[in-house]
Amino acid sequence: MKVFVVGLNHKIADVDVREKLAFNGPKLEEGLLRFRELPEVEEAIILSTCNRVELYANVRDPQKASESIKTFLSEFHNIRRESLDSALYIYDDISAARHILRVASSLDSMVVGEPQILGQLKDAFEMSLSKKTTGILLNKLMKKAISAAKRVRTETRIAENAVSISFAAVELAKKIFTDLSTRVFMLLGAGEMAELAARHLIGNGVKEVLVANRTYERACDLAKEFNGRPVNFDAFIQEMTRADIVICSTGAPTYVLIKNQMQKVMKERKQRQVFIIDISVPRNIDPGINDLENVYLYNVDDLQGVVDTNLFERHKEAEKAEKIIEEELETFLKWQSSLDSVPTIKALREKAEEIKNEELGKLLHKLQDIGEKEREAIEYMATAIVNKLIHPPTAALKGDTENKELLVAAIRRLYGINGERNED
Amino acid sequence: MEILLFEVALTFYFAATIVSITELFKGSKVTSRLMFLLVATGFAVHSFSIVYRYVTAGHIPITNPHEATSFFAWCMVLIFFLLHFRYRVGLLSSFVLPIVFSMMLISSMLSREIKPLSPVLQSYWLGIHTAFAFLGNAAFAMAFGIGCMYLVQEHHVKSKRLGGLFGRLPSLQTLDDINYRLITLGFPLLTLAIITGALWAESAWGSFWNWDARQTWSLITWFIYAIVLHARLVAGWRGRRAAILSMIGFLTIIIAFFGIKLLRKGLHVFL
Repeated sequence: MKVFVVGLNHKIADVDVREKLAFNGPKLEEGLLRFRELPEVEEAIILSTCNRVELYANVRDPQKASESIKTFLSEFHNIRRESLDSALYIYDDISAARHILRVASSLDSMVVGEPQILGQLKDAFEMSLSKKTTGILLNKLMKKAISAAKRVRTETRIAENAVSISFAAVELAKKIFTDLSTRVFMLLGAGEMAELAARHLIGNGVKEVLVANRTYERACDLAKEFNGRPVNFDAFIQEMTRADIVICSTGAPTYVLIKNQMQKVMKERKQRQVFIIDISVPRNIDPGINDLENVYLYNVDDLQGVVDTNLFERHKEAEKAEKIIEEELETFLKWQSSLDSVPTIKALREKAEEIKNEELGKLLHKLQDIGEKEREAIEYMATAIVNKLIHPPTAALKGDTENKELLVAAIRRLYGINGERNED
Repeated sequence: MEILLFEVALTFYFAATIVSITELFKGSKVTSRLMFLLVATGFAVHSFSIVYRYVTAGHIPITNPHEATSFFAWCMVLIFFLLHFRYRVGLLSSFVLPIVFSMMLISSMLSREIKPLSPVLQSYWLGIHTAFAFLGNAAFAMAFGIGCMYLVQEHHVKSKRLGGLFGRLPSLQTLDDINYRLITLGFPLLTLAIITGALWAESAWGSFWNWDARQTWSLITWFIYAIVLHARLVAGWRGRRAAILSMIGFLTIIIAFFGIKLLRKGLHVFL
């Protein structure tokens, strides 16, 4: 009984390889069931996201399992079998369990600390639960992975700082203005990144949204989408006296706002703070504007700089997270070894002996005036009863059955043998 | 006994200051709780020492430099608590407790002798005038600390270097708001202190205004803060400029407070 992982991620495979191996939509269910039916595989989970495709299994013989899973993948996805040998990573036993814990805690992600992966892993697990493709080992490991991820989230600051440009923009806005819900936001121009950043800001709740665009119709469309008000592009400078946060991305070849104009705006605003984000390349806002008091101008590179600093912080926090992973891994391995039949047989025997000796002690204490012969007879009978009672479970544990770990778990539970601490 | 209480308060403030400075480098919930506990204990002991001295001396204990600086520090801690509960400003203690501790340290080095009250000071104005003056000055001292915080945070945002204290300092707007609040609190108190001082001067020396060093400096301070408020309301001098002006204002107060003491001239000799 060993945890086994076969897969690939963004680190070792490009997107064109990843998409070939992905289990999308209905393919996931079909793939999962076929994966579980492989003779070498006792439990199965498939995690398929845009950055990774991983197959988790409980196997007896990693060598055989690896061959059989690769063959399955090549048949299922119509890929040459040989090409898979170098494309995949394989982990077994301890390193496999560690890998799964690290994936769940987002330590193996492209953006370390990003929160989506845990949800994706939970979904994959749910799928397996509903198709009944998992058993005692992977169920336990998944629960462990989820709780380890939660510990990492709460005990480290791994997910604290913004690591995308739009999140960084929101983070900055919050460090300039106390309460975004009293602030007016203006989107100047359009463009994918600008709209994404705008959406994030609006999602954090602003008081009012203004949209200016060279094509007035486009402004109207966007305004409708953001629940805002369209503004005539020629009038945007006047509107700047009201707008506290501006995201600009117009695609104009020159500056649309220069220092002199902004100076006038600031005077009219009575110097109230303004946060301007210039996402356009070439830049649309005169960089000299940042020298004005109470004006904070950030361009794409500045925001990227913020993101890079935050990423650096995250990697420092990731070291703390690795420690948590090792702790959680250790408790999992302890539990796993308790499922082994040999220590269970030993524990069962010890438990029986203990009960026998205790009861014998009590009885012989009461019957103090009996002779040596009677005493031996009583002891003999007690031993016989105990041996007969524990013979069938011992034989079953020694025998070669399928799902032995289930049997071990059942026996430990029925006989109240500790060592398997139920943490859930 | 009173000396012992004062020393204990000083020690607690010292410990709190050390903790709050280490918080600049590495803060956690534990350190900020520890810091808060130390300040609160120090404040309780400090309050008790002031009351004790009041009972021993039989008059309000703000009649010599030792008592005055001690009371000044006490007012600052009082406002610190108000700000702490109202705004939960991160790292406020790191910027303010060093000032409190310095005041206490200076106070500890000055003569603590309780002398019989000179006839001029035997007036009900003693309590009213000094309470206004020191609460007002304490508000300005806090504005100084908040102004420092604003400049640090503004530097982070403006220079686009968002490491260091950026994440733990409050937003620029919060700091600017608090700065404004503190000055609108301090300014009327200073005004009242000047008025009550003039009334007292009239009853003690027969004239409202004598142009002695302290009165003159108070007036200069009053004008500085009047400018801070006026410039803000009319010309929109907020943010950085407001922070710098409020810092200049407090430095003026410090010069007035200790500079005049060193010169030992004028009618306010007892303080």
